[in-house]
Amino acid sequence: MAHSEQEILAGLAEIVSEETGLPTDSVLPEKSFTDDLDIDSLSMMTIVTLAEEKFSVRIPDDEVKNLATVGDAVAFINGAQA
Amino acid sequence: MSTAPDVVITGLGATTPLGGDVASTWRAALAGESGARTLDNDWATTYEIPVSFAAQLKVAPAEVLPRPEIKRMDPSAQYAIIATREAWADAGSPEVDPERLGAVVSSGIGGIWTTLDAWDTLREKGARRVLPMTVPMLMPNSPAAYVELELGARAGAHALVSACASGAEAIGYAVEMIRTGRADVVVAGGTEAAIHPMPLAAFAASRTLSTRNDDPAGASRPYDVQRDGFVLGEGAGIVVLESAEHAAARGARVYARLAGVGLSSDGYHMTSPEPSGRGQTSAMRQALQGAGVSPSDVVHVNAHATSTVVGDLIEARSVRDVLGAAADQVALSATKSMTGHLLGGAGALETIFTVLALVDRSAPPTINVTEPDPDLVVDLVRDTPRPLPSGQVAAINNSFGFGGHNVALVVTSV
Repeated sequence: MAHSEQEILAGLAEIVSEETGLPTDSVLPEKSFTDDLDIDSLSMMTIVTLAEEKFSVRIPDDEVKNLATVGDAVAFINGAQA
Repeated sequence: MSTAPDVVITGLGATTPLGGDVASTWRAALAGESGARTLDNDWATTYEIPVSFAAQLKVAPAEVLPRPEIKRMDPSAQYAIIATREAWADAGSPEVDPERLGAVVSSGIGGIWTTLDAWDTLREKGARRVLPMTVPMLMPNSPAAYVELELGARAGAHALVSACASGAEAIGYAVEMIRTGRADVVVAGGTEAAIHPMPLAAFAASRTLSTRNDDPAGASRPYDVQRDGFVLGEGAGIVVLESAEHAAARGARVYARLAGVGLSSDGYHMTSPEPSGRGQTSAMRQALQGAGVSPSDVVHVNAHATSTVVGDLIEARSVRDVLGAAADQVALSATKSMTGHLLGGAGALETIFTVLALVDRSAPPTINVTEPDPDLVVDLVRDTPRPLPSGQVAAINNSFGFGGHNVALVVTSV
């Protein structure tokens, strides 16, 4: 079943919060994973792995570098849903 | 006896089946409490494991560490970090040149929970579900690396592995780092988190675990005629070691000197200690010689004493061989009777006990000995703590492990 963009943002915020300890309400669409949320490449791959499972999507490695912000990730996941 | 050893102990930290820190652990040990309990799960029935109990941590890491740290560390590293933070604070969080600060933290088994969880994930869900942090979490140097990162240590981070002697060997190596001039301060110890059904089944298969399922608290009974194996424990012990000069320069509180280290290997058998105990005897003699301590200076031994039928007596005979007639005046304690066997954490936790026994002049008890083995040739502290003499004294912490590794550490009072 497809998730709404709002559900994807909330779910992604939970994953990021678990990984970083940041509060979920700080994980906003305009936030940069690297500059604002201080997420390194290994943490980013962890987030991708968990997001793939949570939303039943595939996020190819080549796409990950294009996901600069939380909003980028939400949009990609939304578009990748079957 | 030498009065100018060069390495001192200035900080202690632990999380154990007896308590979430050193103070509560030591208090419980002096009170003769057991950390062994029936496991709160169905492993024994699900997998037909003949052992249904263990000595699990008293305080779960989730109560102490933030969730992101729990998620990115194997339990073995979590325990090491908890103990490190306590030890470092206990040492006064010293200002140390990072180039002169080291970390030596060992685990006998490594990140077994991470390894087996990842294997389950791979089989059930495929490779894309295996988490990227899996290797940094399962590698046996992971606890040492986390401690190194925690403190920003740059003099070297090491993880020596020698099964149940690992924690003691880590401390011995840290002493050498300071003595050879590589570091002024080294955070060292051991950790283990292997209370998982697979190692429980595997240790049970080797017939080394007690199967006293109806009496977990009475199962670890070193030197008792009814002993039937060890009790699997978990936890970590970490000490801050420091050159005496460095400690004096900053006015640090000094618990004791780590005065001597002895190492040997049996060259005999993978799991059975060599019957004459020559390897352990050699390690203890080296440690005493290195410390400049004579047998008559020794007032206390914290024995490895896991509660196995063969191992306990071989060790006791080695202690007798090393100390000779002086052994009659030595209070020997087998604290695994209370903590269970922390494997790679054991030698470190027992070093902490040895240090505190000298500081408080109180040898902790050995519990559950209702009928001592008639072949026991040492003076066992039973049931209640025994006062230790005043003045300049020494104590031995002895460890050995699968593979025939022997490590003896000599601690002297300040």
